[in-house]
Parts: sequence; structure tokens; C-alpha cells
Amino acid sequence: MNIVACVKRVPVTEAQPKIAADGKSVDATGFEYMLSFYDDLAVEEAIRAKEKLGGEVTVLTLGASEASKELRDALAKGADKATVLKDPNWAARDARSTAKVLAKKLQELGAEVVFMGRVATDRDNAAVGPYVATVLGWACVTDVVKLELAAGKGKAWRETEDGVETIEFALPAVITCDKGLNEPRYSGLKGIMAAKKKPIDEVAFDDVANQQSVAKLEFPPRRKDGRIVGQGAAGVPALIDALRNEAKVL
Amino acid sequence: MTTIVVFVEHSKGQARRASLEALGAAKAAGARVVAAVEGSDAQAVASTLGRFGAERVAVFAGDGRVSADRSARDLAALVREEGATACFAAATSSGKSLMPRIAATLDSTLHSDCTGLDLTGGAPKVVRPWLAGKLIATLESSAPVLCATLRPNTFAVQEGSGSAEIVAKPSSSDLKALLVSIEAKTGGKLDVKEAPIVVSGGRGMKAPEHFALIEELAAAFGNAAVGASRAVVDAGWRPHAEQVGQTGKTVSPQLYIAVGISGAIQHLAGMRTAKTIVAINKDADAPIFKVADYGLVGDAFEIVPALTAAVKAIRAQR
Ligand SMILES: Cc1cc2nc3c(=O)[nH]c(=O)nc-3n(C[C@H](O)[C@H](O)[C@H](O)COP(=O)(O)OP(=O)(O)OC[C@H]3O[C@@H](n4cnc5c(N)ncnc54)[C@H](O)[C@@H]3O)c2cc1C
Ligand SMILES: Nc1ncnc2c1ncn2[C@@H]1O[C@H](COP(=O)(O)O)[C@@H](O)[C@H]1O
Repeated sequence: MNIVACVKRVPVTEAQPKIAADGKSVDATGFEYMLSFYDDLAVEEAIRAKEKLGGEVTVLTLGASEASKELRDALAKGADKATVLKDPNWAARDARSTAKVLAKKLQELGAEVVFMGRVATDRDNAAVGPYVATVLGWACVTDVVKLELAAGKGKAWRETEDGVETIEFALPAVITCDKGLNEPRYSGLKGIMAAKKKPIDEVAFDDVANQQSVAKLEFPPRRKDGRIVGQGAAGVPALIDALRNEAKVL
Repeated sequence: MTTIVVFVEHSKGQARRASLEALGAAKAAGARVVAAVEGSDAQAVASTLGRFGAERVAVFAGDGRVSADRSARDLAALVREEGATACFAAATSSGKSLMPRIAATLDSTLHSDCTGLDLTGGAPKVVRPWLAGKLIATLESSAPVLCATLRPNTFAVQEGSGSAEIVAKPSSSDLKALLVSIEAKTGGKLDVKEAPIVVSGGRGMKAPEHFALIEELAAAFGNAAVGASRAVVDAGWRPHAEQVGQTGKTVSPQLYIAVGISGAIQHLAGMRTAKTIVAINKDADAPIFKVADYGLVGDAFEIVPALTAAVKAIRAQR
């Protein structure tokens, strides 16, 4: 099966962003990066699909050249090759332009099943997976916590507010991976050595304009200072009083 | 006047509160509001939506089959038919699954999880958190249709005495994915994203069986959901549906109570927009106290039962 995992490099979850002087962009000096949390699940699920059904795994990212570090790790885990759609404009891309650029490449690659993260933990869009699938006219199941794939079709379980849904779909399809789907493996020394020989292509692409621009970036309003209302169970009446009479939530 | 189409979800014969908030946001923007409801039991829900700001309700009764790709196609067609300039849904699982597909069908970008909207003249603007709420971005949209999901518990429900015109709509065919079954949550538990009160436990609870204390406190409130830190989800003590944080759920309840949770930056990312935050922790230096409105320093095993009893007593008085 022709399997693709789409991954994005994002600031580490501990990162404390600074706002640049223009008030509209993030000052990324000193940022450290990681593969978006859910994209690790996407890579793992892609490798598992290959192990079960045979075929090849391509890891695809739209982003800066530096993302090849994260791609190399995916290759070490068992992916076969990687492509970077080299993006000079990676910090500003909206959901639509990201999805349209990826969709075009996925079609060129002849993907049959595409794994993505539920959400990329930078812009928190949770949009690119179903957006790509719709552009391509493919099936898509989002927030998947369990998956069974076979030739030409699959069955996925997704978690919602009301319970767990079971969904049957035809391939080609985009699956967005949620926590619980799998436990990503670590790359071993053998994999790391093997990855050195695997190809990472850096290619250009036809750009798609954004439909959004940043008017302003701000920090969230500072919460008003709180206070310790007491120690131990003896503090409970003071807490109840504050909740009833100040916060008025009781 | 502009028209806004709002996708309204329902469960057990009632519109979801988060969807009523989305109707409220559209109404507050001064638009003509068209609601869309799906399902064989949609008619009853449809008849209630006039009160919440809808002028027109499109009912897609369908054929009993549920498919997100079909829903998106139907909704996008409705947006076009109504000449709408915006389309909203709540940022719930189905809203988040549907809206990107609607946006794609309309060749518009999607603004996810919005906490603010400004549609008064000029280019429309949305306000939304980035980097798990560490930044708040105001974005100007040039999309042909402003497609947005709205964060639950953020926009006000506008209840009045209006009534809506109800129109039946045919559903399209050609399904790419199909819902075959749904395993309902046991005991009709509230979801953390929607509950007005969330009581979360962390590693300070020491063992999975002690979450009974957290559950009892939640039950005492009557309208609270149980949440958890990633540490206890990873340990297998709690299901991941309960995880609050950057790689879990983002919640904005009226009241968030963190018990035995240290307050790591990834946890704060999921709950810092709660209206009121209470922290219960034995370590007075725990970072959770920096965001808490009210803190109680001490042993959760002593404090939580006392708090549960106090909450019960208050509720019994009513
Ligand atoms: C990529 C990434 C993503 C992450 N995503 C999330 C996420 O979505 N959500 C999340 O929660 N975390 C997330 N984390 C993990 C996060 O960094 C913390 O490790 C985690 O939140 C800690 O959980 P905790 O507060 O329950 O445990 P701890 O940090 O161990 O804190 C336990 C607390 O309990 C207190 N305590 C102990 N005993 C008692 C007692 N008897 N009574 C009262 N208090 C007591 C202690 O003082 C301490 O403050 C993520 C981490 C990474 C790297
Ligand atoms: N620039 C990108 N390159 C490759 N994949 C991406 C990119 N942006 C988003 N994705 C994929 O889409 C998922 C959801 O991203 P988002 O819709 O931005 O939250 C991510 O987890 C990735 O799998």
C-alpha cells in the first residue's frame, strides 16, 4: 500500500513565545522544535500499516529545511523516504493553503492512505486532514483512537462527546490520529544507521495564497491575582464563601 | 443584511448548548441567522431554534445514514443557496470534523476555535488562541465565506421569543465514509469540554481508586465533569477522553478545580481560560497556584471529602 504520513515541526510544548516588535509575528529566537505530538502517532500508524499490509511509507512535510531533522527520526523508525516541500513562508500559512499544497503533492505521490495528526500543536487548527480529504474527494475520519485497515477499505473508531463512533470508509482516505491510537516506538541504533541512507527530497511547490493575515498578536489577559484561602480542610468554609459570594459559581 | 449559516448539533432531542452559543454569536453579529439541523429526529429540535435567534431552519432529515462528507456537502450547498457570508459551528468533535470540509467545499480557509468575532464593517476579524492559548491572535479574513468553529462556553446564548421558518432539505448521496455504530458513554457522563464545572485530578491522587473522591465531588455539584492530567492518563488511571491540556482537551468552564495537579505549562494550556480556578495542592509552591483564583494548601484526601460535604449541604438547601 502507498502510505503517507504528513508531519509538521512545531515549537516544543514548553516554549514561551515572545511577540516581535511589529506586534504581529512571533519572535522565534531561542525556540526549540519537535514533531507535533499527534504527528508522532501518525508516523507510528503509517509504519504499522506497512508492517501489516506491505508497501511503502513516505513522510511529507511542508516547512523549513530544518524539519529534515524530524523527518530523519521518522526514517529511523521505519519510514522509507521523506519529502520536504520547502516553504519560505512557513510561519504564516493558513489552513487552506497548507491543505491545498499538501493535497496536490499527495495526489502526485499516489497515496492510498494518509495519516495526519488530530491537530498541530502550534496553530491548533485541527483542519488540515479533513480539508485535504475534501479537496481530493477522499474519505476522512478524524480523531481516530483505533483503526483496522484492509485492501481498499478500513474501519475506524473515533471519540466524541457522546461516546465512541465506529466508521467504515473506502480508500483512499485521510486518517487523523488521536491520543490512544498507538504508542509511538523509539528509533534504535540500527534504524538510525539505516536512516542515513534513506532519501529526503527537498522540492519546490506552486504556492497558494493565504486568506488570512495577522492583525494583532497579544498575550492572554493576565488572570487577576488569586489568593490562598486556607490550609487543609479548615479552609473549606472560606473557599465555599469565595465561590458563592465573590465568584458566584455556587 | 448578511446571512450566517449555523450548524446545530443535538443530542437526546435537545440542541447542544455550544450550538446555541454559535447561534447567539451569529445573532449578536446582527446577521440573518439560518440554522441547519440533521437527523430523523431533527424536526423537534428545529422548532426550538427560533427562540435562540434562527430566522430559518433547514432540516436535513436524511435517510438514517450518518456521514461527515455528506453533511459537509449539504451544508456547503445551503451556504451557497442562502448567499451566506459566514458559516459557524461549535468547536466540538463533530463541528471540528465538519467545518474544514465545508470550508474546503467553499474554497475558504477555516478559523478554528474562535473566542471572538468582529463582523462590523471592513474585513471580518476573528480572535483565536494560538500555541495552546499562550498567544491570542486577531486575524483578518479574506475568505469568500468566513468559516469558523467557536469555542464552547465563550459566546452567550441569546434567548428570546422569536420563531423560525422551517424548511425541509434533501440530503445528497455518494457517501465516502459511514457511521456504523456508536457506543454511548456510560451513565450519560458530561464531557469535560461542555461541562460548566470541571473537577480534575492529578498524580497527587496517588492511585486510580482514589479518583472516587474526585467523582464524588463532581457528583455533588450535579453538573460537573471529571478531568485529569496527562500524568494520570498516561499511567492508565483515567481514560484519555478526560485529559485536559495541550495534548488533551481545552476547557473553559465556569469553575475548574485542580486537585493534586502541579500546573505544568501543558496542563495550564488546556484550562487557563476557565472563569474561576480553584487549586488544591499540598505544595504551596506548586505552579498551579499562580493561575488559581482560590487556593487551598493541604492534603487532598482531607480537603476533598470536606469540600464534597459542603457542596452537598448547599445544594440540599435549595
Ligand atoms: C508534549 C507534551 C504534551 C503534554 N500534554 C499535557 C496535557 O495535555 N495535559 C497535562 O496535564 N499534561 C501534559 N503534559 C505533561 C506535563 O508536562 C506534566 O508532566 C503533567 O501535567 C503532570 O501531571 P500532574 O500535575 O498530575 O503530576 P505532577 O506534576 O507529578 O504533580 C502532582 C501534584 O500533586 C501534588 N500532591 C501530591 N500529593 C498530594 C496530596 N496528598 N494532596 C494534594 N496535592 C498533592 C504535588 O504537590 C504535585 O504538585 C505534556 C507534556 C509534554 C512533554
Ligand atoms: N505544514 C505541514 N506539513 C505537513 N503536514 C501538516 C502541515 N500542517 C498540518 N499538517 C498535518 O495536518 C495535521 C493537522 O494540522 P492542523 O490542521 O494545522 O492542526 C498535522 O498534525 C499534520 O499531520
